[in-house]
Amino acid sequence: MCLAIPSKIVKIENNMGIIDVDGVQRQASLLLLEDPKVGEYVIVHAGFAIKKIDEEAAMETLKVLREALAFAEKSEPAG
Amino acid sequence: MTIKHADEYRDPEISRKIVEQINNLSKKKIRLMEVCGTHTMSIFRNGIRKLIPDTISLLSGPGCPVCVTAQNEIDAFIEISGKPDTIITTFGDLMRVPGTGSSLQKERAKGKDIRIIYSTFDAIEIARKNPDKRVIFLGVGFETTAPTVAASILSARDMKIDNYFVYSAHKTVPRALFALMKTEGIKIDGFILPGHVSVIIGTGAYLPFFNRFKMPCVVAGFEPSDILQAILMLAEQIENKSPELKNAYTRAVSFKGNEKAIRIMNDVFEQADVAWRGIGVIPGSGLKIRDEFSNFDAGKKFEIISKDSKEPKGCACGEILTGLKTPVECPLYKKICTPVEPVGPCMVSSEGTCAAYYKYHNGD
Repeated sequence: MCLAIPSKIVKIENNMGIIDVDGVQRQASLLLLEDPKVGEYVIVHAGFAIKKIDEEAAMETLKVLREALAFAEKSEPAG
Repeated sequence: MTIKHADEYRDPEISRKIVEQINNLSKKKIRLMEVCGTHTMSIFRNGIRKLIPDTISLLSGPGCPVCVTAQNEIDAFIEISGKPDTIITTFGDLMRVPGTGSSLQKERAKGKDIRIIYSTFDAIEIARKNPDKRVIFLGVGFETTAPTVAASILSARDMKIDNYFVYSAHKTVPRALFALMKTEGIKIDGFILPGHVSVIIGTGAYLPFFNRFKMPCVVAGFEPSDILQAILMLAEQIENKSPELKNAYTRAVSFKGNEKAIRIMNDVFEQADVAWRGIGVIPGSGLKIRDEFSNFDAGKKFEIISKDSKEPKGCACGEILTGLKTPVECPLYKKICTPVEPVGPCMVSSEGTCAAYYKYHNGD
């Protein structure tokens, strides 16, 4: 089962990280990441951080989705 | 505190607009298959089947690792739990999967030491604290899980822990796509490719498959707007007759994937021909432990006689996993096979298609 919600790295000690998901903290191994840093958001699977979230891509996708939303609203007939 | 990027991708307004675009665009009757148990769950939980037009059917493919695990592997797990001086460690969804004569849960009730863990590091810790026991991890999962298991073997080696073993029943997704396309009677117009398998292997890993079949493919995330976006992209490709391999989950998935995780996975495992429930043997689709790490290989350490197990009689898991049947077409579904008394693994795992149907499908 994949947990889709990104977690924030709040502490790093010997390749183990403390990660925070919406206020709940737990341990995750950082062995599968290149150069993890405190403050970065990661995807966690079975106790391992498996990927840093690409912030730029995340914002870009949202922008595209929101633009589509704004465009669709503008094209809707009033009332 | 908001949950990073989850709220936004759950925005019902964004989802509603994507659905409108799908409605406007979709003319042909098409069948899309998701190959990821978490997509299956998300599609049902968010009512996505009801949101999209009747022209689009969603099928659940072989995306639930426990479900595709062959019966002889399940029997091997149960057999191994009977070896003396062992502690079996596993993720929870394997516990209730019925083997030919028993299940891990039933074995535990009989007194076997079988423990549910959250991460392979818990298994290492159990091994460290129990030097007089042999601690075995039952490795079931795709490319998302395999690197975490590989990392545990490397750590055990570094920590000089010699009582930790892995029974590897890991499988890889792209090879299964090839096999699906060759399954008789299969009708698929496009694939929603898995999210976190793709985090590891990258979209590039699907190129050989895409180049061979020119089948529309989109990698998707797990939030409602992620999945709807992938459906929209697939519908567009199919309507325009322009198949592409696309990524709708760019915040987590790159072309090359997680190269460090791939390296660790390949250091420990090598390809093997293995059987999938419902599909049969797929060349090169399994991950076995390399000879270099055979000291950690439970398959080599313990003699296992379960080789020729038959799948449960009447169970349609195999056809359901390949999209040839839906759970309601299985004669056992809801009659003999329920989440309380499951016959096949698709009813056991929370990611299984039958379990999802049982929970969310209202017969329409």
